[in-house]
Amino acid sequence: MCGIVGLYAKKENISANLGLHLSKMLESMSDRGPDSAGLAIFGKPIAKRAKIMVQSQSPEDDFQKLKKFLSTKKEISFSFETHSTHAVIKLDVKQKDKVVNLINDTFPNLRILSVGKKMEIYKEVGRPAEVVKRFEIAKMKGSHGIGHTRMATESAVTTLGAHPFSTGEDQCLVHNGSLSNHNSLRRELMRKEMTFETENDSEVAASFITYGMNSGKTLKEALESALVELDGFYTFVVGTENGFGVLRDPIACKPAVLAETPDYVAFGSEYRALTSLPKIEKAKVWEPEPATVYFWGH
Amino acid sequence: MNILDFNKLSLRDINKVLQESDKNSFFSIRNPKGSHALAVGINKQITVKVIGSVGYYCAGMNKFSDIKVEGSAGPGLGENMMSGNIHVTGDVSQYAGASGHGGSILVEGNASSRCGISMKGVDIIVKGNVGHMSAFMAQKGNLVIFGNAGHALGDSIYEANIYVAGEVASLGADCIEKKMTKKHLSKLENILSNANVSDYNLDTFRRFGSARSLYNFNVDNAKIY
Repeated sequence: MCGIVGLYAKKENISANLGLHLSKMLESMSDRGPDSAGLAIFGKPIAKRAKIMVQSQSPEDDFQKLKKFLSTKKEISFSFETHSTHAVIKLDVKQKDKVVNLINDTFPNLRILSVGKKMEIYKEVGRPAEVVKRFEIAKMKGSHGIGHTRMATESAVTTLGAHPFSTGEDQCLVHNGSLSNHNSLRRELMRKEMTFETENDSEVAASFITYGMNSGKTLKEALESALVELDGFYTFVVGTENGFGVLRDPIACKPAVLAETPDYVAFGSEYRALTSLPKIEKAKVWEPEPATVYFWGH
Repeated sequence: MNILDFNKLSLRDINKVLQESDKNSFFSIRNPKGSHALAVGINKQITVKVIGSVGYYCAGMNKFSDIKVEGSAGPGLGENMMSGNIHVTGDVSQYAGASGHGGSILVEGNASSRCGISMKGVDIIVKGNVGHMSAFMAQKGNLVIFGNAGHALGDSIYEANIYVAGEVASLGADCIEKKMTKKHLSKLENILSNANVSDYNLDTFRRFGSARSLYNFNVDNAKIY
């Protein structure tokens, strides 16, 4: 069992409080996933700038060294914000690949959680309330975001085993369920030069969708091919730079509820996740159909 | 009338009051906010009105009582109910009325997958659509669907009756369309009038049930194993 939430703002009043709404939604799903929690928030992009999210087990030491190291590279102009065990490096979009490679080569203890123009990922072990407090999610703004509370089944309770998983720029996935063919699919994807950080089944799903999109598929097409290739139980919510998509497996035993008002579209594993949202009592609330791709985009 | 408000009381307190109440009491429950396992295990004739949507397993194991939800209900509504009536004005999620032995469930909206799975005598009336695998292994009782039914309706069904006014996406193994006889029309009319449903046209309903070909082991199938 895990909990998933998602919120897509149609109006400014929601995007200005996106982090606050998502924090409440995530906390309400603590019973479904007390092990770890995580969120991806899609903020306003800055022209020609990119963001790299980095995670460390010993942030004080590691981030100090990383900052110092990057400062020695005169050609790189960057800003560096730390949020507990995570740091956001903002830099020229042209330099992002170089910096990603530099970090990977020089700092094996650091993990790159995501790269993109809009997306920031925050995830840690611990109860959802502690995780959202640790990263001060409630203060964050954005156009849309997705979150996950984890009750681990397929791999260990670690920061990297927490969701969301990002395997492509401004792309991430959260998953409720378990996949049975993730090992064979991982091997297939590795042969296609996709890389993996964990033994986790959901990371394979994220990678599968990213590989599909890198090969020219639209998100809808990539999700439809997941219906054919992925074996197991799943409700996925996938975040992209423009919005989020929802897919349930054909058996659909993992729960899902959607709600829409003129101000927002919201996703929750249960109705409880949505009760803190404004005017929810007037929202159109429904259960997404099995094996059907839904998407809301800006 | 007694008002029980989730803003003031815990789920456990509310269920305790309901379970220990006197016969013929009437309760109004406020602000349920999708809470799980509300009004479960009641075994006397009381009336409960819930204002707002509920989560998993509402009214499970119900006996004798009338429970109305003015909103929608999550998975497992009225699971294993024995008698009494459950009425939901909105939609219900998966496996509503699962393994119900008796009583009736009326859903004004849609029911999702596995509605009436393994039902054992309960009557379930859905004014909207039902999802896939509804009435899976249904043994006894009636599932009445005003709207459409999803795939594999009545898979491996025993002696329950299914009545559908809309379209059926597909029938499950051993489920077939059966002749709507006068006897069945009058049974259907009875089920609907017992549930105080009045706006219907009996002629629009078709009847489905078991072909009874899975009842006994067929030696011709031995090579499959």
